[in-house]
Amino acid sequence: MLFDLPFIWAGIIAFAVLTYVILDGFDLGVGILFPFAKSEQDKDLMMNSIAPVWDGNETWLILGGGGLLAVFPLAYAIILPALYMPIITMLLALIFRGVAFEYRGRTKRWKPVWEVGFAAGSAIAAMMQGITLGALVQGINVVDRAYAGGWWDWLSPFTVLTGLSVVAGYALLGSTWLILKTEGALQQMMREKATMLGMITLAAIGIVSVLTPFQDPVYFQRWFNLPGSLYTMVVPLAMMALTWLLFSSLKAGHEARPFIASLLIFVVSFVGVGISFYPNIVPPSVSIWEAAAPDSSLRFTLYGTLALVPLILGYTGYAYWVFRGKVNPDEGYH
Amino acid sequence: MFDGFTAEALARAQFAFTISFHIIFPAFSIGLASFLTVLNGLWLRTQDRTYLTLFEYWKKIFAVVFGMGVVSGIVMSYQFGTNWSVFADKTGPVLGPLLAYEVLSAFFLEAGFLGIMLFGREKVGPRLHMFATAMVAIGTLMSATWILSANSWMQTPAGYSINEAGQFTPEDWWAIIFNPSFPYRLVHMVLAAFLSTSFAVAGVAGWHLLKDRNNGATMRMFSMAMWMAAIVAPIQIIAGDAHGLNTLEHQPAKVMAMEGHYESHPDGAPLILFGIPNPQEKRIDYAIQIPKLSSLILKHDLNAPLAGLDTVADADEPPVTVVFWSFRIMIAIGFAMLGMGGWSLWRRWRGTLYRDRWLHRVSLLMGPSGFIALLAGWITTEVGRQPFTVYGALRTVDSIGPVDAPAVGASLLAFIWVYFFVFGAGLFYVFRLMRQAPDAPAPTTPPMTQAVTA
Repeated sequence: MLFDLPFIWAGIIAFAVLTYVILDGFDLGVGILFPFAKSEQDKDLMMNSIAPVWDGNETWLILGGGGLLAVFPLAYAIILPALYMPIITMLLALIFRGVAFEYRGRTKRWKPVWEVGFAAGSAIAAMMQGITLGALVQGINVVDRAYAGGWWDWLSPFTVLTGLSVVAGYALLGSTWLILKTEGALQQMMREKATMLGMITLAAIGIVSVLTPFQDPVYFQRWFNLPGSLYTMVVPLAMMALTWLLFSSLKAGHEARPFIASLLIFVVSFVGVGISFYPNIVPPSVSIWEAAAPDSSLRFTLYGTLALVPLILGYTGYAYWVFRGKVNPDEGYH
Repeated sequence: MFDGFTAEALARAQFAFTISFHIIFPAFSIGLASFLTVLNGLWLRTQDRTYLTLFEYWKKIFAVVFGMGVVSGIVMSYQFGTNWSVFADKTGPVLGPLLAYEVLSAFFLEAGFLGIMLFGREKVGPRLHMFATAMVAIGTLMSATWILSANSWMQTPAGYSINEAGQFTPEDWWAIIFNPSFPYRLVHMVLAAFLSTSFAVAGVAGWHLLKDRNNGATMRMFSMAMWMAAIVAPIQIIAGDAHGLNTLEHQPAKVMAMEGHYESHPDGAPLILFGIPNPQEKRIDYAIQIPKLSSLILKHDLNAPLAGLDTVADADEPPVTVVFWSFRIMIAIGFAMLGMGGWSLWRRWRGTLYRDRWLHRVSLLMGPSGFIALLAGWITTEVGRQPFTVYGALRTVDSIGPVDAPAVGASLLAFIWVYFFVFGAGLFYVFRLMRQAPDAPAPTTPPMTQAVTA
C-alpha cells in the first residue's frame, strides 16, 4: 500500500512545493529587502540579480495549482475556498511584483509606484503563503467533500505568526542570495541583515515548532511517541547543525555557504511540516488517498512528470549557470 | 455594490473578466514569439541589420506583454478552485492532467529560456540565443495546444466515465486530448493569434509610415505583416467555417444562437445578416436576411432543413443576444481583414505598398482589430456553451463552490481595480514603446560587450 500512486504523488507534490518555496522564496525575499537599498544602483543590482530567473521560479507555483488539480482535485477544491482571501490577496500581490520588473524601467515619474508595488507585493505574497501554511496546520473544517468553515477561519494568532515567519525566512533567503550575487557595500549590508534575519527566522521556527503539536493531539503523538520520536529527533538536531553553519559562515565571510545553509533550513522545516501532516493532505480529515484522483489520472500525469521534470531541472540549471557570478553593475536592463 | 446578484452570477463575471484580460496577452505572445524567432533567424542568415533592429524593437514589447501574461495566468490556475471548487473536484481528474502537462511542457520551457532570450545574447552566443528564442516560441504554441485541448474537452467531452463521487474519470486519454472539437479550435485559435499579431504589427508600421515613409525597418515590418494578413486571413476564414460545421455537429444549440434561428426551417434556413434578438418573444426583430443561404453554408444545400431553438428545451438554451452579436462582430472583422490582405496585395503588385496613405491609415485603424475579433470569437464559443461548463454533462449552476456572494463580489471588485490599474499602465507602456520608430536611437542599454571587456 505504501508505494502506490497517491503516495508517490504526495511525494512529487511535496517536492514541487518545496522547490517553489526555496526558489521563489529567495526572489520574493529580494523584494522584501528592496526598501533597504541605499541607491539606485543597489536597486538595479537587486532587481537584475533575479530578473532572468524569477519567472521560472514562479512557474513552480502554477505547477502547484495545476498539479494539485490533476492529482488531488479534492484537496484543491477544499483548500482554495477555505483560504479564499489569502489566496486571492497573494495572487494580486504577485501581479504587482511581477510587472514591476518590466514597468520599473519604462517610466521615470511612476518608478516609485512600481518599486513600492514590488516590495509590498513581495512581502504580502510571502505573508499570505505563511498564513496558508498556518491555516493548514491549524486544520480545515470539511463536510461532504467541501469546505464547511467560515470566511475568517484562516485568521488566528497562530497563522499570523506563521505568516510573519515566512516573511522573515524569505528575507533571509533573499539576503543570503544577494551575498552570493553582489559585492562591496551592498554585500556587507546583506551580511548584517542576514545575521539578524537568521536569528528572527530561527526564533520563529522555534516558536511555531513548539506551538504546532498543540494545534492537534495527533501532531503531538507523531512527534513525541516512541519509537517515532527517534526519527523525528533528527529534525531539531539538523536544525541545530544548520544554525551553526549559517552563523559561522556569515561570520567567516563565505559567499555561498550562508545561502546553502538558508536553503537547507527551509528543507528541514519543510520535512518537519511533512511529518506533522502525513498521511493527510488537508488536515485534520482528508488523507492523500481520499483526495487522490482516479488511478488513470495519476498514471497519465506521472509519465509526463517523470519524463519532463528532469529535463526542466536540466535547462533551469543551465539558465542559472548562464547568469552565474556577480551581477554586473554596468550591465543595464535590456 | 453587487446587491441582488447571486454568487453564481458574480463568479461567472469574475471568471469572464479575468480570462478576457488574460487571453489577450498570451495571444499576442504566441504571435510575437514566432515573429521574433523569424526575425532572429533572418538576421542570423542574411546579416541584414534591419532584422536585428526589428527584433530588438519587438523584444521590448514582447517582454512587457509576456510579463502581463504570466501574472494574469497565475490567477487563472487558481480561478478554478476559488469560486468553482465543485467544478474543480469533478473535472480535476480530466482537466488537471492537461493543465499539468501544459505547465510541464510549455510554461517551464518558456520561463527557462525567456531569460536567455531577453538578456543572454552576448552571454551564450548567437546559436544558443537563437535556440532559446525558438524554445520560447515553441513553448507558447505548446501552451496553446494543451489549454485548447482542455477547453475543447469542456465543449465536446469524450473518453470519460463518472465515478461514485461524481467525478469525471478518464478512460481514454487519446479520446480526451483529441476530443472532437480540439483540432478545429486549435487551428482557429493559433491562426487568430498570428492574425491579431500581424495586424498589431501592421498598425504600428502604418502609424510610422504615415510619419516617415523612408524608414527601412518600418517598411520591412509593414511588408511582413501584410504578407501574413494576405495569406492567413483567407486560411482563417476556411478554418473558421470548418470549425462552425464541427460545432453544428456537436453543439447545434450554439450554432442556432449564432445564426439567430429561433425557429426551425424545414425547407432551407435564411442567413440573418442583421437584426435585434428578442429573447422574450423568441424571434429576431427587424431581421435583414438572405433566404436559404444559411442552409447552403451549413449544409451545402439550399433546401436542407435546419432545426432551430424551438427544438431545444428552455433550460438548455444559450443566451442568444450575446452570442448573436459577438459572432457577427467576429465575422465582420474577419472579412475586413480579408479585404485588407487583398488591398495590400494589389498595392504591392502596383509597387505602391509604402506610398498608399489610405492603406496606412486603415492599417492603423485595424491595429487592435485582431484582438477584438479574438475576444468576440471567444465570447461566442464560451457563452454559446452555456448553461453548461462541461457541455451536456455538468451545468454551470452545479459547478459553483460553497462561496458567498459578498466574498465573490469583493474579490471581483479587487480584480477589476487591480487589472485596470496594472494592465492599464502596462498597455500605456506598450503604446509608448510602439510610438517610438524602430530606428530611433533608443536611450537604453549600452552594448554588453563594453561591460564584458571593461
